[in-house]
Amino acid sequence: MSETVAKINIACIVNGARQRVQAYPMARLLDILREEMHLTGTKEGCGEGECGACAVLLNGAIVNSCLVPAIEADGSEIRTIEGVASGDQLSAVQSAFLECGGAQCGICTPGMVIAAMALLARHPHPGDAEIREGLAGNLCRCTGYQKIFASVVRACKTSGEKLAGTR
Amino acid sequence: MEEKYFGHSVERKEGRGKVTGRAQYVDDLAFPDMIHGVTVRSSIARGRILGIRYGEGIPWNEFAIVTAKDIPGTNEISLILHDQPCLASEFINHPEEPVVLLAHPDKYLLEEARRAVHIDIEPLPAVFTIEDSLAKRTIIWGEDNVLKAYHVDKGDVDGAWATADVIVEGEYRTGAQEQLYIENQGMIAVANPADGVTVWGSLQCPYYVHKALVPIFGLPAEKIRVIQAETGGGFGGKEEYPSMIAAHAALLAWKSGKRVKIVYDRAEDMVATTKRHPSRTRHRTGVTRDGKLVAMDIDLVIDGGAYATLSAVVLSRATIHSAGPYVCPNVRIRSQAVATNAPPHGAFRGFGAPQSIFAVERHLDQVARAVNLAPEELRRRNFLHRDQTTATGQIIHEDVNFDGLLDRAFKESDYHAKRERFAKENPGATVKRGIGFSTFMHGAGFTGSGEVYLASVVELEATAEGCVRVLAASTEIGQGANTIFSQIAADALGISYDRIEVAQPDTGAVPNSGPTVASRTSMVVGNLVEKAALDLKKTLVESGLLCDACTEDEFVRACKRYIETRGPLRTRSQYEPPPGLHWDDTTYSGDAYGTYAWAVYVAEVAVDTLTYEARVTDFIAVQEIGKVIHPVLAAGQIEGGVAQAIGMALYENVAWREGRMANGQMTNYIMPTAADIPPIRVFFEEQPYPFGPHGAKGIGELPMDGPAPSILNAIENATGVCLREIPATPEVLMEAMAGKAGALV
Amino acid sequence: MRAYIPAYDLRVPGSLSEALALIGREPGVWQPFAGGTDLMVLLEAGKLPHKKFLSLTKLADFRGIECTADAVLLGALTTYTEIQAHPILQAEFPLLCTAARETGSIATQNRGTLGGNVVNASPAADSPPALLVYDADVELVSERGLRWLPYHGFHTGYKKMQIAPNELLRAIRLPRRAQQWKQYYRKVGTRKAQAISKVCFAGAARMENGTVRDIRVALGSVAPIVLRAVKTEAAIRGNRITPDNIAAAKGVLAREIAPIDDIRSTARYRLRVAQNLLQEFLMLLSR
Ligand SMILES: Cc1cc2nc3c(=O)[nH]c(=O)nc-3n(C[C@H](O)[C@H](O)[C@H](O)COP(=O)(O)OP(=O)(O)OC[C@H]3O[C@@H](n4cnc5c(N)ncnc54)[C@H](O)[C@@H]3O)c2cc1C
Ligand code: FES
Ligand code: FES
Repeated sequence: MSETVAKINIACIVNGARQRVQAYPMARLLDILREEMHLTGTKEGCGEGECGACAVLLNGAIVNSCLVPAIEADGSEIRTIEGVASGDQLSAVQSAFLECGGAQCGICTPGMVIAAMALLARHPHPGDAEIREGLAGNLCRCTGYQKIFASVVRACKTSGEKLAGTR
Repeated sequence: MEEKYFGHSVERKEGRGKVTGRAQYVDDLAFPDMIHGVTVRSSIARGRILGIRYGEGIPWNEFAIVTAKDIPGTNEISLILHDQPCLASEFINHPEEPVVLLAHPDKYLLEEARRAVHIDIEPLPAVFTIEDSLAKRTIIWGEDNVLKAYHVDKGDVDGAWATADVIVEGEYRTGAQEQLYIENQGMIAVANPADGVTVWGSLQCPYYVHKALVPIFGLPAEKIRVIQAETGGGFGGKEEYPSMIAAHAALLAWKSGKRVKIVYDRAEDMVATTKRHPSRTRHRTGVTRDGKLVAMDIDLVIDGGAYATLSAVVLSRATIHSAGPYVCPNVRIRSQAVATNAPPHGAFRGFGAPQSIFAVERHLDQVARAVNLAPEELRRRNFLHRDQTTATGQIIHEDVNFDGLLDRAFKESDYHAKRERFAKENPGATVKRGIGFSTFMHGAGFTGSGEVYLASVVELEATAEGCVRVLAASTEIGQGANTIFSQIAADALGISYDRIEVAQPDTGAVPNSGPTVASRTSMVVGNLVEKAALDLKKTLVESGLLCDACTEDEFVRACKRYIETRGPLRTRSQYEPPPGLHWDDTTYSGDAYGTYAWAVYVAEVAVDTLTYEARVTDFIAVQEIGKVIHPVLAAGQIEGGVAQAIGMALYENVAWREGRMANGQMTNYIMPTAADIPPIRVFFEEQPYPFGPHGAKGIGELPMDGPAPSILNAIENATGVCLREIPATPEVLMEAMAGKAGALV
Repeated sequence: MRAYIPAYDLRVPGSLSEALALIGREPGVWQPFAGGTDLMVLLEAGKLPHKKFLSLTKLADFRGIECTADAVLLGALTTYTEIQAHPILQAEFPLLCTAARETGSIATQNRGTLGGNVVNASPAADSPPALLVYDADVELVSERGLRWLPYHGFHTGYKKMQIAPNELLRAIRLPRRAQQWKQYYRKVGTRKAQAISKVCFAGAARMENGTVRDIRVALGSVAPIVLRAVKTEAAIRGNRITPDNIAAAKGVLAREIAPIDDIRSTARYRLRVAQNLLQEFLMLLSR
């Protein structure tokens, strides 16, 4: 069996709350969120950076958490799908997904919502090409994307969201 | 009955959980005593197991280890036949065959251990292609490698050739396709002799898993319980394979005494679980000079992989759809599913129909060319109408207006103008544009006597709070089953949508409403929900607690009173076939389906002659599906299916290496992204079907059938190149275009 | 998850000297880790035999884009997102910006670095063709100091390159060109977005009265390394763009590249498309 290294301490802010966990330095941020912090809204679809189901905002930038080693979470600020709604109040993007049929099986939805937020932060009124480019890192096998595009368009109409600081 | 919810796009039942990340899929469930399990698989395609070695450096005493000899009951995954073992004990028949199971609390260590198990296998000759299997030089299954065969005979094909002016032949091929639901498969199990076996998982058909677990544990049926967790897509991929994972997790739980979770990673899910059956179809068609089909001779073969699993049923649907929605007096279909040493191919949206419709719809464009007719004109002269018969001799008793569907599709797509324009603009252009279409049908519900045999049951239960719970084993897998059942029940009861709950599918608590497959959930099970709901209301009315035209408050009070005074309020409905349906399994003739959805799809493509990439630039889907229950969900089904079918047509290629998928990563198995899918414009024609709820038919699989042939027809229109296989990757297109233009440099 | 994660170490040195000391003391033991978009994928697949890594994230000298009168200097940790957003790169080095925009997804572009793309040395990498066309230099740093190398020639064979185990790639320098060059970039991937290249072509040329004065042609995914097609360049340099010259250049290119069959494509396809893209590039020059 291979030798093992010591776990390290990781302190970060997740959805506004301080978190402290211990983890192997190369453990995936995805696993830390899901298993140590019990934030299971962030999903694993591929573990290879292709599907975007594990997308979170790391210091405001969208990243695939399956490709981020634990050690990089130390000192960072993270936002996951659980931090998008405020209480029972859905965000504009979430409401739009609900109204427009942007979620079918729902497994891609947390990542899609995060990607849509990151997109709207860059382009508050995205055109068709920008929407497609902005969501191309998030694979959805159910919807054929049409209703997701419609959700994004709806969300920018209704958006009163605070998207500042996101890219 | 007032249609307050039917036909409207109400909020989907589990939508909030999904957009907030609160929905709990199997991998999100955790229990304090839970440990993890993995599967060790064979490394080669066919052989005899000589031994299993457990390498050094792993604390094996900490592991639960299961092999075939630990199975308390019979070592099989029972489905239709009993040929597939749960764990291979002596022979290996495909490269991903499970042999050893391991469980341990530490996920990381488990992976290290998985690598340290070595299975010694003496190789045996293997078979990897349809041609090799048919050649029967090496027999790998049964006596002749044939998993199943059907014969369909209508009229006299041999006698009809003489009446044909032209005979057109062609061979068409489709490749394997991975379902690629974004949630990988997984199961959690607890199992011990005292309490029996309970599994939670990502699955489409709780009672299939239930049926498989009974013989493996040799327990009475009531000791086995199967519960569906939120399921992140299925598309058929979670129809039969979950039985395997459930059995594995349960065996590890049985051995370890712990709760065991097995969740596949993407690589394992891609290579080990089922895919769409590859196919080869040969058409020989006799046609008169004025474009009347006089004979269709169809030879269809699908590759079933190493075990029979569902191949017989997939082949059945492929067979019945293979002559398309045309009336031809003489049809002969010979079809076979053959074995190869690849992991078994299985259910995938469309279930054989996309393969055979691809062939017939590509072929008809060739037939049209041979008699100098426009492709739509040839079809118009042969469309099936009311009172005419299909290939299986089914008389169509509903109005079928294909001409109307075609007109609508051509108008929405501006077909004729575009064809003209492209013909003018293409010469000399680097990017050539084309437009093509397909006309097709999809039988709704189970084939032949399947629904009668299933005899599905739904129950409804009122609560003292005046809510009504739907009890069915039909699963919500993204398609909106929960929402549709609630709409139907709410309208039947005359109460609000929010008062309807749909119980979590749990074989310990819900009756068997049949598998969630075959576009049957809305049409067949929805109808049962409606019947049970009407019955529930009738019970209240007949008990004198409620008048027929009641308010919601009165309904709530009546439920409460009923339950207080008479006990539980539960109703039950069971499937009854529409009157007059006859199917003969021995001659493969009769009423194959209660009804069909009918459709015309038009695809527009742009083919770059520098890179040989074909892209779909616009897509029109026009279909008649009975009444639309929920416009947003219905359009979502069509759009999603079209996108999957675009993948099947142009991108999704399984690279096989000796029976194994060599590109089992999302980066190398190419499904379309948001940037690859064109606008998909969906139109419904509604003609009520008398035996579906409010006139609804099934739609889930339909959109998988038409896109591939319309896209390839469009590519031919753009380039003049006649492709007969999918996926039509740029590499395939290049070879075809080079073949046309002369040799490569 | 296939790797045994507890066996993997990842250190985060706070300064360059600390980082260089670590790799200087035990050369080859500590491998650099930048954005992790290549390394984490290998880890996940259980295909990362190396176990000890050194994160570069805290090395300020490796970050930022600096412009002087005659060059643009990109720190090795510059991400694809930063490249695309930079006005001077947009104006003068559009091929690099296009490469960045067509690399992976936004999430990958936020993490993946230019230095990682270079040192990962994939023959299918998308920014190296642009770097070759722009006559980039690379700056390597070790405890012994700095050295500059032309990027052309940096890769010597499949995954082989001129960097010692005690060295890090610190920066990439792009000389600013005084004259106008016509530029062309085209990535042919497996799909429209988030795709690995099957052929990637970058070209630039300086035209004078219809004659090609100078030219650069570089291709990805057609050889064991991202290739600068110097023979093809030579066949075109000094000539006018005529059908005969295009045909001749395509013939030279066919002999200069060595594409293969793999799970993504075929050698025949790569060859044909590479030739077609060369033709498209040359046609652009003639306009
Ligand atoms: C989903 C996905 C899509 C992708 N798409 C593309 C694509 O379209 N085109 C493309 O070209 N690539 C693509 N990639 C690959 C990858 O993103 C790029 O190669 C990226 O630039 C690598 O940078 P990194 O910082 O993440 O490298 P890392 O993974 O951190 O490192 C890669 C290698 O470089 C070495 N290294 C990194 N920095 C230095 C340094 N400063 N000095 C010395 N050695 C160093 C590391 O030791 C390692 O061997 C994709 C990856 C993913 C996950
Ligand atoms: S799980 Fe991270 S991108 Fe797919
Ligand atoms: S909704 Fe199922 S994958 Fe997107």
